[in-house]
Amino acid sequence: MAEASLTAEQIEFQDYARRWLAENRPPPPPERLPLSPIEVMTEGQRDYLQAWQRRVYDAGLVGCDYPEAYGGGGHQGFQRIANQEIAAARVPFLVNIVGLQMAAPTILVHGTEEQKRKFIPGALRGDEIWCQGFSEPGAGSDMANQQTTAVRRGDDWIVNGHKVWTSLGHFAKWMILLARTSRDHKYDGITYFLCPIEGHPGVTVRPLIKITGESGFNEVLFEDVVVPDRYRLDDVGKGWTVAMTTLTYERGAAESAGGGGGDPLQPVRRLVALARDRWRDGRRAADDPITRDAIVQQAIVAEGLRQNGRRAKVPALVDHPMRLPLQQKVLMSELSQSNARLGVEIAGAHSTLYKLDPAAPDAGHWPLAYMGSYGHTIAAGTNEIQRNILGERVLGLPKSK
Amino acid sequence: MSEMPRDFGFGSDEEMLRDLARKLLDEEMPPAKLRRLVAEDPGRVYERGELPGWDPALWKQIVELGWTGLPIPEDAGGVGFKTVGVAALVEEVGRHALPSPLLSTLACAYVLREADPEAAAPWLRRIADGTPASLAITDARGTWEPGATDVAAAADGDGLRLSGTACFVQDAFKAELLVVSAARGDERFLCAVPVDAPGVERSQDHIHDLTRDQASVRFDDVAVPAAAIASRDGAAVLAAAWPALLVLVAADLCGCAEWQLQTTVAYARDRKQFDRPIGFFQAVKHPLVDAMLMIDRARSLLYHAACCIDSGSPEAEAAARMAKSAASDAGAYASDRSVQLHGGIGFTWECDVHLFFKRSLHDQALLGDGVHQRRKLALEWIGPAES
Repeated sequence: MAEASLTAEQIEFQDYARRWLAENRPPPPPERLPLSPIEVMTEGQRDYLQAWQRRVYDAGLVGCDYPEAYGGGGHQGFQRIANQEIAAARVPFLVNIVGLQMAAPTILVHGTEEQKRKFIPGALRGDEIWCQGFSEPGAGSDMANQQTTAVRRGDDWIVNGHKVWTSLGHFAKWMILLARTSRDHKYDGITYFLCPIEGHPGVTVRPLIKITGESGFNEVLFEDVVVPDRYRLDDVGKGWTVAMTTLTYERGAAESAGGGGGDPLQPVRRLVALARDRWRDGRRAADDPITRDAIVQQAIVAEGLRQNGRRAKVPALVDHPMRLPLQQKVLMSELSQSNARLGVEIAGAHSTLYKLDPAAPDAGHWPLAYMGSYGHTIAAGTNEIQRNILGERVLGLPKSK
Repeated sequence: MSEMPRDFGFGSDEEMLRDLARKLLDEEMPPAKLRRLVAEDPGRVYERGELPGWDPALWKQIVELGWTGLPIPEDAGGVGFKTVGVAALVEEVGRHALPSPLLSTLACAYVLREADPEAAAPWLRRIADGTPASLAITDARGTWEPGATDVAAAADGDGLRLSGTACFVQDAFKAELLVVSAARGDERFLCAVPVDAPGVERSQDHIHDLTRDQASVRFDDVAVPAAAIASRDGAAVLAAAWPALLVLVAADLCGCAEWQLQTTVAYARDRKQFDRPIGFFQAVKHPLVDAMLMIDRARSLLYHAACCIDSGSPEAEAAARMAKSAASDAGAYASDRSVQLHGGIGFTWECDVHLFFKRSLHDQALLGDGVHQRRKLALEWIGPAES
């Protein structure tokens, strides 16, 4: 589809990005890659993906819209184009998702000049992997119930506590960390830190195993961990506000982790291919009317999502400014879940085969994608919490807390 | 592929017309007036079988505003307005459950503008001038295939004579002109026939929806002069117009569903049980959000489909079928929750939700429900099914 609204400069960049991606496809990975960066498990995967992110960055397709002083390209409106081209080129994902989509934009908004110069370039190039330390055993949907503490001691803060569901924690050099600096206020007692992780005294990273049997996220324990005050982001007690900035970007990250950005009909074509290859009552599943209806339903939801994105930019066709943006995370995660679920159904008797089994359809993709999809319907605020937010902020229903 | 505007081509003209329509209908067709017109006496339509009321004075205003001529090219006396603008207008019509022949008239305009311009021009001009019209293109089995009527055409000089019956004719008792699909062998004609032409007889269908009427129309050797044959290639004309017809119904469904959502949200904010507004409870809150998600999906697909029509895109049919499928499903869910979440009062005649529930139910089936649209899409995307 032609983009009527691009400037000449942007069109030139689009051509460049497309050409570069076509000419610089990375070699095949040394081992099978997971479906998204939050499931990266092994050092081999990490090294391969980190090398790829560096190349993409050096080509000018990452951090395009950041100021040059912080390692960016200094452009405007280039990143969206680069992201579209990266998704369309079906090349590996960028591994430093927390650094790129949460830490860097938050530091750009709230950081000191020194912090911006120190942290943003490494996050963009992928040299320094970031993880997120918001969730705790007792602070999931109720995120403000932070129990990890940071106590001031001279020029340092002493951190004690327990973070969970920490994707990429086992490779991370840095963490965006929420910690309680006051017990007097639930929200205003939280402060936001940029905390060293790798090799830092008192920090223990332990893998958690997901329902798929894969690792990929962790719990992180803090025992008298020293964090210099210069790594505090914004004011003491302002952590909740800063976290809201991160969450705004996290929704975008959750969308791309959930398979967004590319052609929404692509997964549907995979379902059609699968249905042509599976048998039901002596005919192909692609001939079964109920299966056909279910596949078309998925395509309609996917196209609806794409057109929502288009309509969100036409103010005259939007009743409430947050009505469409706040729907994205719910819709995207539930679409990939129902796509995968339908794939499992179509795979039929073979759907129970794990990827080790050579007879598993599509190398075991469907059941793993289905189970893995709960990561996206739970993470970044469960879809139940998202529905509360939509009901309250957009429809004006009474608050549930 | 044709170039499609990122903003659907929805500009200030379209916005202005939509806002004008909203203002006019807010003033002229508030729920209280709608109830007075169509539902004051439950026996009138359902027991005595009379036609439901409507507001001919408001129709006169609509004609004066030129809405019947919106899709009609300027050289045929119309406005040449974009389909995205018409879709936005019809959303407002649905939001007010407006009883009027506007949708059936717009449908005729979309069909006739696809016909040979010379043959169709006088009829387009009459519609642009405000003659209410309706399509007589459906057979007694109610198939959703374009133009499948049981009306036969026989040659009569350079004209035709029509015999047979067209069913499911929308707002037939408000229309003055019918666009009739009639077959002679493999040929399919579209004929412009005044409802008061000799041999035309309308027989009222007793339908649930109080905001429109519907009829079977019998043609008993009705003479059609050559000048009233609007098309001799009716099948192709109907196929070309079909996306726009689907868009009209989808837009009405979207508007209707948005009213249902907002009205139920207002009730959930207001109605207290267990010392709290019921909208506090997630069993109420989350279904309302789900209705919103479905409505927004349908609306986005609606404007995409309308934009495809305006851009002459070959994807218009698929886009319109997606929109109608999504709108039928959104309409069904919003209707379902609007009654259920109103509780006991929602089950009564005095609560307005039933008016929109029935209009939506009618629209959901009109021109093919969601399953029908998806069957057609599967044929295109997956290919024919072997049995």
